[in-house]
Amino acid sequence: MPKDKSIRKVMVIGSGPIVIGQAAEFDYAGAQACRILKAEGINVVLVNSNPATIMTDKAMADEIYLEPLNAETVERIIKKEKPDSLLAGLGGQTGLTLAMQLSNRGVLERYGVRLLGSDMNAIEKAEDRELFRDTMKAIGQPVVPSEIANTMEEAQKAARLIGYPVIIRPAFTLGGSGGGIANNDEELKTIAGTGLLLSPIHQILVERCISGWKEIEFETMRDSIGNVIAVCSMENLDPVGIHTGDSIVAAPALTLSDKEYQMLRSASLDMITALGIVGGCNCQFALNPDSFEYAVIEVNPRVSRSSALASKATGYPIAKITTKIALGYTLDEIKNDITGKTCACFEPALDYVVVKFPKWPFDKFAGSSRRLGTQMKATGEVMAIGSSFEAALMKAVRGTENGFDTLNAPPLSDRPLEERLAQQDDRRIFTVFEALKAGISIDKIHEITKIDCWFLDKIRNLADFELSIAGKRKLSKDEYALAKGLGYTDKALRHICRAKKLPGWQFSYKMVDTCAAEFNAETPYFYSTCDEVCESRSFKRSGKPVILVLGSGPIRIGQGIEFDYSSVHCVWTLRQMGYDVVIVNNNPETVSTDYDTADRLYFEPLTPEDVMSIIDVEKPIGVVVAFGGQTAIKLTQFLDRQGISILGTSAKGIDLAEDRALFDKLLEKFAISRPKGMGVKTMEEAVNAAETLGYPVLLRPSYVIGGQNMTISWSDEQTRKYMQAILATGIENPVLVDKYMPGTELEVDVISDGADVLIPGIMEHIERAGVHSGDSIAVYPPYNLSGRMLHKLCDRSTKLALALGTKGLVNIQYLIFENELYVIEVNPRASRTVPYISKVTGVPMVDIASRVMLGGKLKDMGYGTGLYPTPPCHAVKVPVFSFEKLNDANAILGPEMKSTGEVLGIGKTTAEALFKGLTAAGLTIPSKFDVETGVLLSVAEIDYQEILSIAEQFYDLGIKIYATRGTADAIKRQGIPVHSVSNATESAEIYTLMEKRKIHYLIYTGAVKDATMGDFIAIHRRAMQLGIPCLTSLDTAGALIKIIASRYTLANTELVDINKLSH
Amino acid sequence: MKTAYLVLGNGKVFKGKQIGAPGKCLGELLFTTNMEGYLETLTDPSYAGQIVIQTFPLIGNYGVIEEDFEGKSALKGYVVRELCDTPSNFRSQYKLDEYLKKQGIPGICGVDTRELTRLIREKGVMNAMICNRIPKDLAAINEFAVTNVVDAVTCEKEAVYPALGKKKHNVVLIDYGAKRNIIKSLCSRGCQVTVVPCKTSAKAVLSYNPDGIMLSNGPGDPAENTFAIAQIKKLVGKVPIFGICLGHQLTALAMGGRTEKLKYGHRGGNQPVKEAGGRTYITSQNHGYAVIADSLKGTGVETFVNANDGSCEGMTYPGRRCFTVQFHPEACAGPRDTGFLFDKFIAMMEGNNNA
Repeated sequence: MPKDKSIRKVMVIGSGPIVIGQAAEFDYAGAQACRILKAEGINVVLVNSNPATIMTDKAMADEIYLEPLNAETVERIIKKEKPDSLLAGLGGQTGLTLAMQLSNRGVLERYGVRLLGSDMNAIEKAEDRELFRDTMKAIGQPVVPSEIANTMEEAQKAARLIGYPVIIRPAFTLGGSGGGIANNDEELKTIAGTGLLLSPIHQILVERCISGWKEIEFETMRDSIGNVIAVCSMENLDPVGIHTGDSIVAAPALTLSDKEYQMLRSASLDMITALGIVGGCNCQFALNPDSFEYAVIEVNPRVSRSSALASKATGYPIAKITTKIALGYTLDEIKNDITGKTCACFEPALDYVVVKFPKWPFDKFAGSSRRLGTQMKATGEVMAIGSSFEAALMKAVRGTENGFDTLNAPPLSDRPLEERLAQQDDRRIFTVFEALKAGISIDKIHEITKIDCWFLDKIRNLADFELSIAGKRKLSKDEYALAKGLGYTDKALRHICRAKKLPGWQFSYKMVDTCAAEFNAETPYFYSTCDEVCESRSFKRSGKPVILVLGSGPIRIGQGIEFDYSSVHCVWTLRQMGYDVVIVNNNPETVSTDYDTADRLYFEPLTPEDVMSIIDVEKPIGVVVAFGGQTAIKLTQFLDRQGISILGTSAKGIDLAEDRALFDKLLEKFAISRPKGMGVKTMEEAVNAAETLGYPVLLRPSYVIGGQNMTISWSDEQTRKYMQAILATGIENPVLVDKYMPGTELEVDVISDGADVLIPGIMEHIERAGVHSGDSIAVYPPYNLSGRMLHKLCDRSTKLALALGTKGLVNIQYLIFENELYVIEVNPRASRTVPYISKVTGVPMVDIASRVMLGGKLKDMGYGTGLYPTPPCHAVKVPVFSFEKLNDANAILGPEMKSTGEVLGIGKTTAEALFKGLTAAGLTIPSKFDVETGVLLSVAEIDYQEILSIAEQFYDLGIKIYATRGTADAIKRQGIPVHSVSNATESAEIYTLMEKRKIHYLIYTGAVKDATMGDFIAIHRRAMQLGIPCLTSLDTAGALIKIIASRYTLANTELVDINKLSH
Repeated sequence: MKTAYLVLGNGKVFKGKQIGAPGKCLGELLFTTNMEGYLETLTDPSYAGQIVIQTFPLIGNYGVIEEDFEGKSALKGYVVRELCDTPSNFRSQYKLDEYLKKQGIPGICGVDTRELTRLIREKGVMNAMICNRIPKDLAAINEFAVTNVVDAVTCEKEAVYPALGKKKHNVVLIDYGAKRNIIKSLCSRGCQVTVVPCKTSAKAVLSYNPDGIMLSNGPGDPAENTFAIAQIKKLVGKVPIFGICLGHQLTALAMGGRTEKLKYGHRGGNQPVKEAGGRTYITSQNHGYAVIADSLKGTGVETFVNANDGSCEGMTYPGRRCFTVQFHPEACAGPRDTGFLFDKFIAMMEGNNNA
């Protein structure tokens, strides 16, 4: 069936900000979808609140709305744009949920919009628990058996029917407390008894316990005429019980015989047929390791994180094909791009092993539980390809940039090994390795962890090898070859065997071609192996000069999708300029690792050795490090030492910005101020420094990313505590003590060609200095900057950019305190704000920067020099957090970055833009406040003065004020009516008020002391569960008041098509 | 582990480690892209005379499970990248290496199987030898030909397999090297299956009063089997016939058609075949020869074509109650998506030609 010609104008819904569980994979999927639609001559209307995406690029769609992703707003856009169809299956759960809401509200029907791909019936059957179970039952597919019980007798009957062991889940208890696993009648009595007692409705769910079963996934596709294929199977190394997003995953499934594999494959295909899926669908199973028994866990009737992984693991572009299917094409009509000849209606054959490894944010949330379970906690992931499992695993481990290049990691606690093995945390694979090295048997480890012995044996190969060469000082030729085959870098080997000299290894590169070499592939997508024959070296090249662009690795807090955006744009520009562009990256969730983004793609870790091996093959004229975030920047000095040309700002220039002493000298030369500070190495030095500078001070280790381990100290006690913690980790570089000045922060991205400077835009932060720039609300253009200061800022930026020898982008952060301008930080690379400013100003910053890197002159680019004129709109970037997923993490904003993503609000005024931004970030602003509902204020003593004006403004808006005792007293003294609430430690009043929906916002700035931290985390967690926004900065609260006062609603803002902004 | 060599007919040598039985072997070198199902591959009689390369690098992960065997191993040699020494599966009985030794199959591991596959893809199927010493003269390798292999793998005497449940049909299966799951697929659908040797005459076959005849898969060049082709000629039209793989090719030859040798064949579990006027199915395949559909114009109608290269994947002979497929609806290894063809055969035996 060819394309449905009645499809002319399609609305595509993106997935919004990056949060845990919804990362860059949907930009990859959405961008593919938009490109297909455009290529088919279809008018594309795009809605996505996330500016840091390729899919919201000018050329990706005809109309682009960076508007909040809620039903009201999308309905208004539908009304305005009148699309005939809606494509929702590529925008993650956000897109799917929105489509369901629009359908339920009758919006789709009212405006004659049809849903492309899976229809509403199919989506509901897959999403609704009961409908899904019924559908599975009808086709004989087993789901995890469960029964509801209201009495002990019912519970016993259910347990016997289902079969032990069973999990007891009490209904409506927080976090499933009061549940447990019962192995027999006796245990059931105790556990079910407690469960029934604890459940407020005296009800429990008795469910078959399948933890420890194998977790197997199939990525499948179905078209409108019923063609079905299984694109890829995946096996979680971690058994059922750990979310697949937090599991180490191998593709294809490695421990299944054909009988098990085909049983589950057939089940998947039967399921998507019964559900009536049209497009891609993820099917998850639990498989009993001791029989053929299995249970369907769930299906995701859309493109997903797993499908992105499957696409990159096989070369099969699931999102692209899903879009084509949505347009009416059938699988047999679509060609396989990779071979250019064969049919897309086939199942990829792999001739390598893929390992996915999650990237967790625990380094950002010290003290938060590292325990893994059914709630995903990883922010991103890496994928590695190897010809052995060991090699793929080792590549994946070093690729995650956790500081480990092998499976050796220091234990998280000093508890006994066996106890630690039982802990399902992010370090478990390292603990397994430790156990194997310690001689604990595979059977024992399997018994504790339920990890399949096949995987354990592979990990033992690594352990045995390390033990065999430990301290040998010299490796034989065979040992060295074996080491390389197992995936060890020379650096790791030197560390393990203490060898001074290693011969070095020339890697070969094999192609990912979807077909295990059965057909000739035309798509250059490579991974390294130890074989003799290299398919990359013999790959036919254009003869044009080669440039290597380094990607930014896994998505993490502080280094998100923005860097992929920039890397991809750089690649595109360089290709346009006539270069042969090679990209290196290891993140499967990105556009940069799409096989057709660059001329050649190397799916490899971004470590010195891996990158040098590729350089050896590609012989580039230069390497671009400026767009890959800190991941790429930190390779600069190494590459420079190897004599590799760094394009753009030189290694020396980069060093100048990163080295404090050198940088200070430079500032002095231009008479530019920076907050006073000093480096210290001991406890006493720190305390003395703090006293000299005067509290508060900012403490941080040198050489950090994303404000890691940064804190503001207000007293000697805090300084001592911080130093104690830092010194315990044995730091080599000094700790920096800076005077903390709570002023206004400004941020500017500058492009320089060495002679001239272009400043596309300046942003002013809502939150004062002390809140990490990534967690601040950033406003463009600045809303409170004097002409004099603006001039000064532009002047200083120009001087700095030129002095650093910048060729390309540089990001500078400023602070204005008591009418004085200070420089806080200079980043000689593309920053987080590049996509945001590019989109709002219309200045293609990465494109210009890339041209400048290769000798282009700003004067010739058509965007002028100096400060770029401000367009007639205001834009506000609002950070988005993932605390729902990390609900025991400290959510108080501070110098350490905590947000995972961002949204943009664009409006005619700052207030309108702020309203849109905050709404898009999930904050609801009622048009009317009930007399009894209001805001709860609970602030630290230090903020008592400042809270008064905030309280007054809430009062003026007619919003009821609740406040904890101390705060309430302070407000009362001012004569403002306030309802005093007892502190969390004293009574549950705060919780009661929240549960009774009396609190609409929570403004909390306490918890700098450990004693109250636990309270705050508990309150915050409950607030999140109830959907009550919690603000921890008084500046954010001020902004909130401003927009409440502005009376903007979801119905009266102006919808802005950024493609029609007059720049 | 001892060093072993894989010596190709064109003189190219791959060095690796010896696995399986000691000694050398000579055969036709080809590859299969199935990622799992190595046991079914190793025990598929259609590989007679051949040295099989597994394109998937990790083989032997679940060891040996005898109940998954499809027949008796007939292949000459086995080439893998990495052979698993520590299998893990609840049904696993012993290591794959042990099986190869027991069966006298020499093998080699630690070779670049992808490069081998690329060579075969570019140059076509070629002969090769697995050995411990590189021979000076390649003539012996190049002279090798896969001949009379059906005779070598067919059963010695007839055997009866009872229907599972109530017996509804009486099927005679002519064994050219049948995979066990063809028999099982029929038994599970209420057929009593009488398996007869390939040398059984048409008359003898009909003497069983079959409701239908199943022509099995098997190895080698179809045209070589002149006796079998002559018998099929006599059988077509008399009772419903269903042919798979070699059975499909032999029927085409019996009906006056021609077959050709493919450059490197189709072997794996991911081959798409498009049904005429219908959808596309993912199939299990293992064949080096194909029917030339045009050669049967007027006699047969092409029912399935390979969606990748357009080669013939199935025929039906209107009015003769006979249909055949090149791929393997019995799967094992590979996808089970075309198992409905057995139902079609049953329906045909029940007199419903339109099924």
